[in-house]
Amino acid sequence: MDTRHTSEQTELQRTARQLARELGPRLVVDLDDDERRTRLAEAVRDAGWLELRHGADEGSPVASGVEAAIIAEALGESVADVAFTGPILAADLARRAGVRPADGAVVAFAPDLTDAAVVPGPATSVPMLAVDAPAHGSVDAYVLVPEADGYRLAMVEADGEGNGTDLTRTVRPLPADAPVIPLADQPRCLTREDLDAWAALGLALTSADLVGLMRGVLAVSIAYAQQRKQYGVAIGTFQAVQHLLADAHCSLEGASSATQYAAWAADELAPDEARTAGRVAKAYCARAARTVCETAVQVHGGMGNTWDCIVHVHLRRALLSSQWFGDDGEQLRELERTRLGVNDGLS
Amino acid sequence: MDFRDSPEEAEFRKRLHAWIADNNPGLPASSTDDEYWARQAEWHTALYDAGFFGLSWPSRFGGRELSSVYDVILDEELALAGAPPRPSLGYLVQGITTHGSEEIQQRFLPGLISGRERWCQGFSEPEAGSDLASLRTTAKRDGNDYVIDGHKIWTSYSDVADWCFLLARTNSDVPKHKGLSAFAVAMDQSGIEQYPLRMINGVTKEFGQVVFDGARVPADNMIGEPGEGWRIAMTIVSHEREPSEVGYVSRYVKTVKDLEATVRANPGAFRSDQREAVAWAYVQAEMLRLHVRRRLSERLDGPDHGPGGSIDKLLMTWVEQTVGTAALSVAGSRAVVDGDDIALKIYLYSRAQSVMGGTSQIQKNIIATRILGLPTA
Repeated sequence: MDTRHTSEQTELQRTARQLARELGPRLVVDLDDDERRTRLAEAVRDAGWLELRHGADEGSPVASGVEAAIIAEALGESVADVAFTGPILAADLARRAGVRPADGAVVAFAPDLTDAAVVPGPATSVPMLAVDAPAHGSVDAYVLVPEADGYRLAMVEADGEGNGTDLTRTVRPLPADAPVIPLADQPRCLTREDLDAWAALGLALTSADLVGLMRGVLAVSIAYAQQRKQYGVAIGTFQAVQHLLADAHCSLEGASSATQYAAWAADELAPDEARTAGRVAKAYCARAARTVCETAVQVHGGMGNTWDCIVHVHLRRALLSSQWFGDDGEQLRELERTRLGVNDGLS
Repeated sequence: MDFRDSPEEAEFRKRLHAWIADNNPGLPASSTDDEYWARQAEWHTALYDAGFFGLSWPSRFGGRELSSVYDVILDEELALAGAPPRPSLGYLVQGITTHGSEEIQQRFLPGLISGRERWCQGFSEPEAGSDLASLRTTAKRDGNDYVIDGHKIWTSYSDVADWCFLLARTNSDVPKHKGLSAFAVAMDQSGIEQYPLRMINGVTKEFGQVVFDGARVPADNMIGEPGEGWRIAMTIVSHEREPSEVGYVSRYVKTVKDLEATVRANPGAFRSDQREAVAWAYVQAEMLRLHVRRRLSERLDGPDHGPGGSIDKLLMTWVEQTVGTAALSVAGSRAVVDGDDIALKIYLYSRAQSVMGGTSQIQKNIIATRILGLPTA
């Protein structure tokens, strides 16, 4: 047992943080800089990070959940406005079905965002949501088609523009009645276990994003508390402010410990155990991240409630990462079901 | 990053698992009953004699000299079996190995680690709680001895201790942090009286008050140099704040397992908020278990005496109080009808966690100024 990063993982973390800091938005107005955003997307693609969950030897992924989580955390820390987790999860799902992942594709989610969308018919019957797809142009999203022994992948294409809450990643609606295009040459049927393992990765990566968001928003808030003066002194000298930030830092550390395990578990434990580890991390991170982002808004005072203060960018992104694969309430409900023997329908 | 046991760790875990199955004393939770404290020494020596205590400490002092992560294996297996937590005295070992001379280490560590000699810690005083450096107990040189006068409180296990790790003022002419020294004081002497403290959950055998009235300690029993007392105290309290050092995580995991079993036996009898409280307690206890794995892994290349223990202490406090609140919630009316209810005692005891070893407010001051780099006024 040695839960520390390997030297390669430490190096990856350093590289990812540096890239995200250089090319991510520093100010809210930077979100409108299309040239910067394009450079960021190219850098992430050129680093090979979108292919981490493509199949390598004998179907295993190029890199483990730990590496993917390191990058997700680094991107979250700098609220980097680039698609990563969405394409990674699409590639992972395609790999499990033995399909070569389509470039830029994401996964369609049910309207509550907790799980991949399941479509029994030739066309979608309810609206679905593509998360973390490219901001413009058409979107390709995988859906699950039930069969006797599991699920097949199919593709839905759509052109709709999203108006999502997260200013750094997209949530794009897929309309009802969109045609479902079957995929040729799909060697494997996806089992419940495949989907558990995939969801475990999704829980770990959304948790890692939340850990990064907490780290980033806390750094911004500490810097502000050191520099902002009231009563003639920096507000960071006041214990009332210090204790808010100390609480936030502890939440971040606890979240990080739970998330590292979930990221490792995604590839190393049986699918149901990995998913439980993911649920623990996600329940902890979702609660922690909201409180930490709220603390950041509070420490920034009046300015923290204005559009031009960066911390709402973290808060908004945290709201999406919390909902994606289910928030804390959803994870606790599932843990009650599996650990306490509480059946669905029991109020 | 690897959370899996190495082959050696797995073999150790298997052996430990089998031993606990045969030797679990079935004591009540440490926080709920005097019986636990009365029989803690017995549990300590049983664990030690079987080779399952002092795992990461030097073998020349009776430790097993295994890597730091073996302690979390111990915590996890104790929790799994519902066995009592390991005795928490690692912070005294850290204090003595970091600051004590070779003679002091050879004289005191073997008995401390094996449990043959019992220790208590004489730091806090009625007028010196958070402001520990203002303590008034004095040690005055008299020939080859020091003479001790003063009043200590929150002295764990003082009723059964052979030795007291005492912090006393040896010089009143220097700033308060610089005039303190540390001693190993024999408890069995006429100048020492001790009185039990009764906690809000009724436990009387964990904490005591100790009055020193002309007690004597040989000058050779000073730990560290004259005036080094404050630094020694800070080494000790920094480790006293670490769940990886005190082993409490096994207590929380065990309580959560018990709560889960209670609900699972009849889920329909519990409201959704009660079930959610148990699920959240599970999440918190799991977080801490994994956090301890992380912290002990970080120690594989040697311990760090820095302020990070304050983060761990706050996390541990949140976990203990979340678990305590869940126990109270699940107990419902039982906790007010029966004043001896275990859930009630777990809950009441959990309130002490945000005070003992340094209050949560003190931990936050340390985190803010020493870790986050916020300015002091």
